[in-house]
Amino acid sequence: MNEFILVRVVVKIMVPFILLFALYVQMHGDYGPGGGFQAGVIFATGIIVYTIVFGIRRAVEAVPMSAVMAMVCCGLILYAGTGFATMALGGEYLNYSVLDSADPVHGQHAGIIIIELGVGITVAGVLTAVFLVFAERRARR
Amino acid sequence: MSLLQQLPALQVAVPLIGAPLCALMGRPRLAWMFAVVVAWITFAISVALLEHVLDAGPIHYTMGGWPEILGIAYVIDPLNALVLVLVSGMAAIIMPATRIGINVEVVHRARHLFHTMALLALAGMLGIAITGDIFNLYVFLEISSLASYALVAMGIDRRATRAAFHYLVQGTIGATFILVGIGLAYMMTGTLNMADMAARLPGVSHTAPVQAALAFVLIGTAIKAAIFPAHSWMPNAYTYAPSLVSAFFGATATKIGAYMLLRLVYSVFGADYAFGEMKIGWVLVPLGLAGAVAGSIVAVWQHDLRRMLAYSSVAQVGYIAAAIGFANHDGLIAAIVHVFNHGLMKGALFLVMACVIMRLGKADMESFRGLGRRMPLTMGCFVVAGLSMIGVPATVGFISKWYLVSSALDAGLWPLALVIVGASLIAVIYIWRVVDVAYFTDPPPGARDEAPAMLVIPAVVLCALCIVLGVTTDLTVGVANTAARLLGGAP
Repeated sequence: MNEFILVRVVVKIMVPFILLFALYVQMHGDYGPGGGFQAGVIFATGIIVYTIVFGIRRAVEAVPMSAVMAMVCCGLILYAGTGFATMALGGEYLNYSVLDSADPVHGQHAGIIIIELGVGITVAGVLTAVFLVFAERRARR
Repeated sequence: MSLLQQLPALQVAVPLIGAPLCALMGRPRLAWMFAVVVAWITFAISVALLEHVLDAGPIHYTMGGWPEILGIAYVIDPLNALVLVLVSGMAAIIMPATRIGINVEVVHRARHLFHTMALLALAGMLGIAITGDIFNLYVFLEISSLASYALVAMGIDRRATRAAFHYLVQGTIGATFILVGIGLAYMMTGTLNMADMAARLPGVSHTAPVQAALAFVLIGTAIKAAIFPAHSWMPNAYTYAPSLVSAFFGATATKIGAYMLLRLVYSVFGADYAFGEMKIGWVLVPLGLAGAVAGSIVAVWQHDLRRMLAYSSVAQVGYIAAAIGFANHDGLIAAIVHVFNHGLMKGALFLVMACVIMRLGKADMESFRGLGRRMPLTMGCFVVAGLSMIGVPATVGFISKWYLVSSALDAGLWPLALVIVGASLIAVIYIWRVVDVAYFTDPPPGARDEAPAMLVIPAVVLCALCIVLGVTTDLTVGVANTAARLLGGAP
């Protein structure tokens, strides 16, 4: 798709906004529609659009496979680690109330935001990884 | 909360967080060490849980502190405590062997992720066993299944990819059936908590959706447990997967399927409904015994020994299905005990295959020529585990068969008891074929060449357990007895 100047220019402008919108969906998830999964998908979409237009080589320069794998792992570690943190603080696994000893509701809020962030990072990573793996196979051929 | 109270969550959470940490390590050696530690911690937790359950009765753990009916509850009774010990114990015994095992049998580009996938599969299976929430069961089923497909595909043989794809398609169909069944039951009861669902189902049990739900769940678990004739994914998957993966799955994956069947039939739908009203015994017993006979006969004709073991698994799962289908106290004990015992022997036999492949590169009949002199320890393990597979007294196999036959007699079906004994006699043929080739043919020239200790020791440990637990049955039969009484026994 690299030969179409219109596509190239539009995508170049759009990609940052797509990524920003993903962050909006991520953070706004507890007030409106959205959340970690949706945000992760949108974030990955940004990377995928960039790859389709500018080619796998430039995409891998921007987002190396090792970084993508790290995202996949870190999201899950963040999620499960939150569970371990609540256990260390004396609550059940993923009982966010103990995250803030003074105000359990605030603790619940914080906990949800953290684990949704973990979900978002992992989903973005997994979708990008699946796409890149298949795209690289094709590029090699 | 004390550490002891946190154990149910840690049982699943430790391998679950271990998996991504393993992936981040990158170096296979480091990941292996970490995975071994995680597997042994998990095993220690499951043993502690089993002891606690036997002392103080079922444990209830609420995730996130939400009330049991609203949130996800983990409920541990003797039945799933025993399954947890089996699954995590097999992982703890097999994981140390993977360091050298993966160098021979796993494709190079997947090696750094092997232990991640193994821990994910472990976490998934433990999650299935421990949870008291029926949807959570499905989620863990997907986690363990997806990791299993990846592990099978890692086999060095190019056919492994195709076997994994076949496994993926059938496994997904099975999981979908289970999900549809869960959905229908949820539609009629409005709850996902197993105990709550069990309390509400009798009120709506005459409705078509609930009847369909039981049928869907039965078919789905039959595919996952590889009950004949839904077993076709298994022979290829176990033949082409890395042998250590076959050892772990042969010992655990189909057993988890059988556990799901037991749990959903007894603790959710209720034995009275499933066996009394819906008569699923009429499905399970004929299919189970047909599988036992057909699997054993097909196993006799196999050239590749891993495929032979896979067909033998079809037969053994058939025994378990038939035992569940008899729906009496002894049948339940037979099913639970055989889940555990068959895990031990099949794990041992596949570890023997791993040893042979380590030295000879393949595990067909030819390569077993004269192996009794060349690899005495390995072949010794094969003989012990093989005798147990046949059901010779003083091995674990005998205990399972004993209860199986006595449950068939209790059900008043003595011809079926003869079928069970007959199928066991076929096992003599396929085990003897190998023993004959290994001990009574001249070995090809070459000195004694035992497999590395790291592979042989786990096999020896499992064989020792086959005999020890065949002589002292307190652990298996004792726990199974308690579990069977708690589940309610006969309808």
